[in-house]
Amino acid sequence: MKGTPMKVQNTLTSGTSRRVFTAGALSVVAALALSACGGASATAPATATAKPDLKSAGAGTITMWVDAERSPALKDITAKFQADTGIEVKLVVKDFAAVRDDFITQVPTGKGPDLIVGPHDWVGKFVQNGVIAPIELGDKSSAFQDSSIKAMTFNGSVYGVPYAIENIALLRNTDIVAESAATLDEVVANGKKAVADGKAKFPFLVGMDPKQGDPYHLYPLQASMGSQVFGQAADGGYDPKQLLIGDAAGVEFAKKLVAWGDAGEKIINSNITGDIAKEKFLAGESPYFLTGPWNVPDVQKKGIKFAVDALPTAGDKPAQPFIGVNGFFISAKSANALATNEFVTNYLTSEAAQDSMYKAGGRPPALKASFDKAASDPVVEAFGKIGATGVPMPAIPEMSAVWADWGATELALIKGQGDPAAEWAKMAASIKAKIAG
Amino acid sequence: MPKTDLFQDAPPPPSSGAGPTPGAATSPGGTTSGRRPGAPHRSSRQDSVKGTVAKIVLLGLVDALAVYVLMMLFLSQSWGALAVSSAVVLAINWIYLRKGGLPAKYLAPGVLFLLVFQVFVVLFSGYIAFTNYGDGHNSTKDDAISAIQLTAQKRVPDSPAYKAAVLTKGNDFYLLFTDPDGKASIGSTGAPLKEVPDAGTDSTGKANSVDGYRTLNFQEIVANQQSILAITVPVSDDPADGTLRTADGSSAYEFKPALTYDAAADTFTNTDTGAVYRDNGKGAFADGNGQTLTTGWKIDVGMDNFARAFTDPSLRGPLLGVILWTFTFAVASVALTFALGLFLAITFNREDLRGKKVYRILMILPYAFPAFLSGLVWSGILNPQFGWLNQTLLGGATIGWLTDPVLAKISVLVVNLWLGFPYMFLVCTGALQSLPTELDEAARMDGAGPWRVFRSIKLPLLLVSIAPLLISSFAFNFNNFNVIFMLTGGGPRFADTDRDIGATDILITLVYKVAFGQGTGRDYGLASALAIIIFIIVATVSAISFKQTKALEDVNS
Repeated sequence: MKGTPMKVQNTLTSGTSRRVFTAGALSVVAALALSACGGASATAPATATAKPDLKSAGAGTITMWVDAERSPALKDITAKFQADTGIEVKLVVKDFAAVRDDFITQVPTGKGPDLIVGPHDWVGKFVQNGVIAPIELGDKSSAFQDSSIKAMTFNGSVYGVPYAIENIALLRNTDIVAESAATLDEVVANGKKAVADGKAKFPFLVGMDPKQGDPYHLYPLQASMGSQVFGQAADGGYDPKQLLIGDAAGVEFAKKLVAWGDAGEKIINSNITGDIAKEKFLAGESPYFLTGPWNVPDVQKKGIKFAVDALPTAGDKPAQPFIGVNGFFISAKSANALATNEFVTNYLTSEAAQDSMYKAGGRPPALKASFDKAASDPVVEAFGKIGATGVPMPAIPEMSAVWADWGATELALIKGQGDPAAEWAKMAASIKAKIAG
Repeated sequence: MPKTDLFQDAPPPPSSGAGPTPGAATSPGGTTSGRRPGAPHRSSRQDSVKGTVAKIVLLGLVDALAVYVLMMLFLSQSWGALAVSSAVVLAINWIYLRKGGLPAKYLAPGVLFLLVFQVFVVLFSGYIAFTNYGDGHNSTKDDAISAIQLTAQKRVPDSPAYKAAVLTKGNDFYLLFTDPDGKASIGSTGAPLKEVPDAGTDSTGKANSVDGYRTLNFQEIVANQQSILAITVPVSDDPADGTLRTADGSSAYEFKPALTYDAAADTFTNTDTGAVYRDNGKGAFADGNGQTLTTGWKIDVGMDNFARAFTDPSLRGPLLGVILWTFTFAVASVALTFALGLFLAITFNREDLRGKKVYRILMILPYAFPAFLSGLVWSGILNPQFGWLNQTLLGGATIGWLTDPVLAKISVLVVNLWLGFPYMFLVCTGALQSLPTELDEAARMDGAGPWRVFRSIKLPLLLVSIAPLLISSFAFNFNNFNVIFMLTGGGPRFADTDRDIGATDILITLVYKVAFGQGTGRDYGLASALAIIIFIIVATVSAISFKQTKALEDVNS
C-alpha cells in the first residue's frame, strides 16, 4: 500500500529532476565553452610574458626534482652550495614512476625544475622533446668512469653528470656450488649436478615478466653470442638506422632460447617471475641467480653465503651487460641556468657529493675516486668490474620501439611457441617498421 | 515491516561518484526545514542564525582563498585566468548572499567541480585529439628551434679548456679567458678574442682583472646570467672558427654549431654536409630525404588521428577484435556480477538466516580491496607453475590460466566477477529490502510459487531501481583498466599485429599502450582520438539503455 504511491512519486521526481539536469547540463556546457576558451587562450601567452618575472624572482633558488630515496643524500652538498653562493637548492621530492613524463610536459610551460635526477636512458626522450641542455664537463669528464660518460653522451654531446652505475651479475650460492664458472654450459652443468645431488631444486634462476619476458637480464647471453640491438654510429653512439638484432647471430640466440626454455632444458622458466626467482634463491633452492645489486641487501639479510660472479658466456664473445647510469640533467628552459651549471659541474662532480650518493643508494659510484673508496666492499667491486665490460643501455628514442617486441618474442620462444628463425625475423621486421614510423 | 520503514526514505544505495551529500554539506545557508512555511517561528530563527554564521565562515574562507589566488594570477600576469576566476568568485558570492534561489545554492559547488574536473578535461583531450602532441612534438615551434640550436652547439674537438672571469665596462659584459698555458685574453659578443698581457691574476694563475674593467663576483654574475650566457666570443675574425661561451661563469669552451638557423628562410643548415632542413608541415624540420631533426613541435593535424585509428594497418586489424572483446567483457561482467550478486542477496535476505551480518561482511570483503592490488594477487595465484590454483587446488597441473588466449579471457572474467559481485550484492540487498512484503504475501495468497514471485514481481520491481546502476556498471567495466592491466597486461599477444596488443586487451588498455610508449614514443594525439571514440560508444550504449529503462519505469508505475 505504501509502495505504490511511493513509486509514482519517484518517477515523477526523477522525471523533473532529469529535465532540470538536462537544462543544467546545457548551461554548464555553454559556461564551460566560455571559460575553457578564455582559460586556454589566456594561459599560453601568459606564461611567456611571465618569464622575465620568474627570472628576477627565481635567481635565488635552484629547483631540483629528486625521488625520496636520493633526496637526503643531497642535503650536505646543497648546504655547501648555499653557504658558498647564497643560492638555495630546493629539493622537490617526486614520485619516481611519473617524474620523467612530468618533466617532459612541465618544462615547455616554464614551470619545470632546473634540475632532475634520473637514469641515462631518459636522455634520448628528453632531447627528442627538447627539454634538456648539454653539459660541458671539460677536463672533469676524465675523472668519471668512461662507460658512464659514454652513456650520458647523445648525438655527440654529454647531457648529464653521472653519479652511479648499475648492472647485473651472476649471484652464486657458495654453499651449493663452491667454484665459479665462466660459461653458461658450465654454470648449467653445476646447477644440474646440484639438483641431482638434492642440494637445490632449480639449476639456474632468472626472473621473467609473465607479460613481457626480460630481454634486459638475458642481454649478456645474447651479447656473448655476438648479437646486438643497434650498431654504432661514427661518434660512438647507437645508430637507429643500423638495427642489428635480426642478424644471423640473433637467430642463433633465438634458437638457444628455445633450447633453454620450457620445451627444452628448462634453464629459463617463463613461469618464474622476478619475485619468485628471488624467493627461491633466498630459500636456498638454486645455486645461481642472474640479478642486479638491488637484490643483494635481501640476500645478505637472509644470511646466504654468496659470491658475485662474472656473467657466463653462451658464445665466444664477452657477456656484456647493459649498464644503467644515473645522473643529473639540466632543463633546457632553466631560468637560472648559470647557477645550475655551476652547481652541477662544480659541486655535484665533487668526491663528497658522489660519496654521499653512494652511501644513500649503494650503487657503484661513477666518479673514479669515489668508486675506489666504495670498492673496499667486495660486492661493489665485483659489480663494478662487470659493469666496466658492459655497454650503455641504448638511450635513443628508437629503443622504446624495441622493448615490447623483443620481450614478447623472447617470451614466446622460451615457452617453445613458434619457429625461432621465423619469429625472430618477424620481430626484427616489426621493430624496423615501427622505427620507420 | 520495520525493515521496510528503515530503507524506504533512503535513496537507492550509493553508487560511486558524487552523491547529494557533498553539495549539501558545502552549501551554507538555511536548511529546507527552516524555510518550510508551516514551521514554528522560533526554530526557524535559530536555524537561520546558525546558518548565517556558517555562511559567513564558509564564504569568508572561500573568499580568502580566492583573493590569494587572484593575487597570484595578477602577479603572474595571467589576465585571462584572472578574469575567469574573478567572475567565478563574484558568481559564488552572488549565489550565496542573495535571498532565495535555493537550487543554485545546492548546485553551484557541484557544477563548479564538474566544470573544472570533468568538462575542462574532456574538452582539453578533445583538443589534443586534433594535434600531434606526443614525444618529439612537445611544445611550440619557437621552443623546438631554440632546443635544436642549444643541442647543435658542439665543442670543437681537441680545443683547450679555458678558465673564465666576467668583467664589465659601461653597460657591456666581457669574458676574460685564461688558456691552459696561462695566457689571458678578453672578448665579448662581436669583439673577437684579444690578448691582454697585463691582466691581473689570482693565486691559481687565473686572470681575474684588467685595468679599466670591473670584475663581477658570483652573485653579480648570477643576477645578470641571461646576458652573460648569451655572450659568444669569436675565436678569431672568421666566425666559422667557432665561438667561446661560458655556462657557469668560471670556465669556457670553444663551440661550433653543427646546425645553423636562418630565421628569414626558416631553415636549418648542417655546417658539415650542407644539408638544408625545412619545415615539413608535420611539425618537424626535414631534409630532402625526409630525414628529420630530433626535436619537433606541436601542430594541429585535423582529423588525421581519427583517420589513423581506422586506417593504420597495425591498429585496424586488432581494433575490431578488441572492440568485440570489450563489449563481451563489459556485458558479461555486468551479467555475471549481477546474477551472482542478486542470487546471494536473495539468499542472505531470508529472515530466518542466522549470522547474516557476518556473512554479509565476508561478502563485501573483495570490494574493499583495491582492484589493482587484487589484480596482482590473482596474477600470482594463476601462475601456471607456481600459482596456488594449479599447485594446491589442481595438484600440480600446469594450466596456462593467463597465457592461453581463451583461458585468459575466462580468467579475466572470473577475477572481475570476484571483484564486482559485492557491489551488486550490496545494491540488490538494499533494493530487495525496500520492496514491500505485502506484494510477496499477496502473490503467495494467489498461489504463486517462489520462482513465479521472483520472476513476475520482485525482479521487475528491482530492475526499476537497479537498471540505471547496471548501465553505469557497464560503462565502468567498459573502461575497467585496472583488472586487465594488472592481471594480464592485455596479453597473450596477438600474432598478427606488430603492436603490443593481445587477446584480453580492451579499448582503454589499447589506448594506454598507444599513448605511453609501445611504439617509438608517447602519442597523446592518437590516444585522445581513441578516447573520444570510446566516449562515443559508451555514450550511445548508455543513452539507448536509459531509454529502455524509462520504458521499464512506465510499465511499473
